[in-house]
Amino acid sequence: MTLDPSRRGFLASAAAAAAVLYVGVRPNGALAAGAAPAQLNPFVKISADGTVTAIVKHFEKGQGPATGLTTLIAEELGVSMEDIRYEFAPSDAARYANLAFGQMQGTGGSTAMANSFMQYRQAGAAAREMLIKAAAEAWGADAAGLSLEDGIITGAGQSAPIAEFVAAAARMEAPAEPRLKDPSAFRLIGNPQVKRKDSLPKTNGTAKFAMDLHLPGQMVAVILRSPRMGGLASGFDDTGAKAVKGYIRAAVLPNQAGVAVYAENTWAAFQAREAITVDWDVSNAEHRSSDQIREELLAAVNAEPEFNVTGADHAATTEQIAGAAQVVEQTFYFPLLAHAPMEPLTCTIEADADGGVTLHDGCQFPSGPHMALAQIFQLPMDKVRINTMFAGGSFGRRATPTADYQVEAALAFALTDRTRPVKLVWSREDDITGGYYRPAVAHRVRVGLDAEGNIAGWDHRIAAQSILKGTAFESMMVHGGVDHSSVEGVADTPYRIPGQFTGLTDVAKATSVLWWRSVGHTHTAYVMEVMMDEAARAAGRDPVEFRLALLEGGGADQQRLAGVLKLAAEKGGWGSAPEGRSQGIAVHKSFGSYVAELVEISGSAGDGVKIEKVTCAVDCGIAVNPDVVKAQMEGGIGYGLGHAMRNQITLTEGVVDQSNFPDYEPLRIGDIGAIEVHIVPSAEMPTGVGEPGTPPAAPALANAIAADGPRVTELPMALNGVSFA
Amino acid sequence: MAISLNLNGQTHQVEAEPGTPLLWVIRDELKLTGTKFGCGVAACGACTVHLDGAPVRSCQTYVEDAEGAEITTIEGLDSKVSKAVQDAWVELDVVQCGYCQSGQIMSAVGLLSENARPTVEEIDDYMDGNACRCATYQRIRAAIQRASEMMEA
Repeated sequence: MTLDPSRRGFLASAAAAAAVLYVGVRPNGALAAGAAPAQLNPFVKISADGTVTAIVKHFEKGQGPATGLTTLIAEELGVSMEDIRYEFAPSDAARYANLAFGQMQGTGGSTAMANSFMQYRQAGAAAREMLIKAAAEAWGADAAGLSLEDGIITGAGQSAPIAEFVAAAARMEAPAEPRLKDPSAFRLIGNPQVKRKDSLPKTNGTAKFAMDLHLPGQMVAVILRSPRMGGLASGFDDTGAKAVKGYIRAAVLPNQAGVAVYAENTWAAFQAREAITVDWDVSNAEHRSSDQIREELLAAVNAEPEFNVTGADHAATTEQIAGAAQVVEQTFYFPLLAHAPMEPLTCTIEADADGGVTLHDGCQFPSGPHMALAQIFQLPMDKVRINTMFAGGSFGRRATPTADYQVEAALAFALTDRTRPVKLVWSREDDITGGYYRPAVAHRVRVGLDAEGNIAGWDHRIAAQSILKGTAFESMMVHGGVDHSSVEGVADTPYRIPGQFTGLTDVAKATSVLWWRSVGHTHTAYVMEVMMDEAARAAGRDPVEFRLALLEGGGADQQRLAGVLKLAAEKGGWGSAPEGRSQGIAVHKSFGSYVAELVEISGSAGDGVKIEKVTCAVDCGIAVNPDVVKAQMEGGIGYGLGHAMRNQITLTEGVVDQSNFPDYEPLRIGDIGAIEVHIVPSAEMPTGVGEPGTPPAAPALANAIAADGPRVTELPMALNGVSFA
Repeated sequence: MAISLNLNGQTHQVEAEPGTPLLWVIRDELKLTGTKFGCGVAACGACTVHLDGAPVRSCQTYVEDAEGAEITTIEGLDSKVSKAVQDAWVELDVVQCGYCQSGQIMSAVGLLSENARPTVEEIDDYMDGNACRCATYQRIRAAIQRASEMMEA
């Protein structure tokens, strides 16, 4: 019999409509497979035509999960990176929970790869075993003799693409414990040649961010907020706005936090907002200025701390320092900081035909807005959907415990007749003045050194505005009154510091505060690493040698920290700076990863410092995608240095003084000469890379400046005695 | 007012109030969203487009002033220089979040069209107005140098 090619084509397309193999997990975490998406939200789906799609449970803000998680599936399944697609997962906390967060779906804490590494590999491996089993049955062969590479199953004298076995595999049970590849057999994981999956669309303008969404009939809403933090809208006059073409109307939000201004397009919404005046009730608004906040924080670190963080004997530490041969002491202050992701905050809400709603968002923490929207619209959870789009940066800003901007959009949508989608747009001014800042923090440290230059006691006091108290995360991250995010990097330092005391005092929040790329480590690394240099200098010892001595004889934690420190020192030419240049070094552990950075500068604080070169060494366990790891270090370094150089948010009587990039000046291309990143080879489980590049950058710069100039203990540097070239 | 725009080689008739930034006509009316809104005050460069081949910030260009000019957005790039730039960007995996990259590329094409072999200092000077909050600057610099090589090949 001869096959009619057209008939064969028909069969193939009929099958394509029917059979898709899905592999994911049940809510209890067990692997599951099926032929219909309704049965489970999967990690991988394989269409009848053999198209493999990874379903990525973490959002993509540039940090690389669209590449990394897809790589894990491709590696274990046996397809090339060119032949695998990816989609962002829907909101489903049961299946797509971040295993580091409990039953919550979200991205943060540099956990995306760490919590997905085994899960996504297992899903890929299960799909491979099922497809091979289906081929073995079709060919009457032993599955053990078959292999799957580049999407082709080979063995028993036969060879066929996986497409031929999708239908049969989709009828199978998923293996409980699929066999994972031995790391020695990895072709994609750890391969520096594996490219990002999102480069092309982000290079030709086709990548769709939430800001790019245009739904038919949509309105644009902007919010007119109180200039003074916490003011409430009691009424408004929109007479002027009525002259703006495209203006629709305005309405006070139900929580009075602002006035929603609706228009046919973004520009009309901005113009109309300018023309509306609001009566603000500021009786309960913030009236303090940042100078007062600063004074409060500095007073707190000079008083007895509210909390003894580790239960150390404070009296003993005080005594050790009193009896020391010399005492090194510094007080530090860190200002409020905005995240300022490149894409201003935005999201769109539309009504679905079944009475539900869909949120379109570069959504960092789906479980938060999911619950908030269900509550606002009084909908069951399964009637709230989230379409996750590319996010134009976040640095923490898109994940608030209050789902702030998604709630704003929901309230704005709820005030309409809900027939038109509502797209909420923030301007850059809304972003810079909108709160949720890195908290202002003060530290005071006294280090006692004995006659040999060894540390005898370390009294470390921190005063901060707690990020987590009063949020849904309090029960997880606040213990005995201590917000771990205020003291991380000090209380749990890998340095083996004799007589270390860590005290914490909470100071009332002046604004809403939030985690900001590397959270507490943004300030704790600065203080620890500046004090290490100060102590080494007082002891007359080399800063690298001084640190290594405090790590000697320790376990894996100390060894890995020492490892990156030595590598950065070696690669960066520590101690052999060219004429006219100064070096500074810092090392810090955060989010399970170890990073050392050596900053080399030219010029001087008086005439203008120029950052010539940064040499970075990172140990993040297995580097799934080495080039993405390098990119995250490069970006984390830039983020840390730029803000330390010249950024701060200040308040005058509760009104934010800065408003846009001209007075919250971003790092620019000419600010850093070169960055070189070295990755420590490792067989350890992968740890985070999105944040750990940031903490050591600013102290390394501060140490380079102090090598032949002033010691900067208050940020930003440009406003505290350092000019930059 | 009715305005005729020559954008990416095509003529578009749009209705816009005088004083409307070209950015919002491109994004909201013509639905070409590769050109980004980042600051609205010409301080970040995310909205960079070409007017008669030269980079401008479309958030500070009135739509009526663009009438009669050849406007090019990221979607309309089509030259030896732009191909080299976009290829180099992909080869070096420059992007992270990607939101600023259309603007970066529009500026880089402007630079290499004027100066095919820029020095590092010339790159830093020319690209100074394009902010990248992910700090991909290292790779932007390297990709411009790589594109310059590709153009010679």
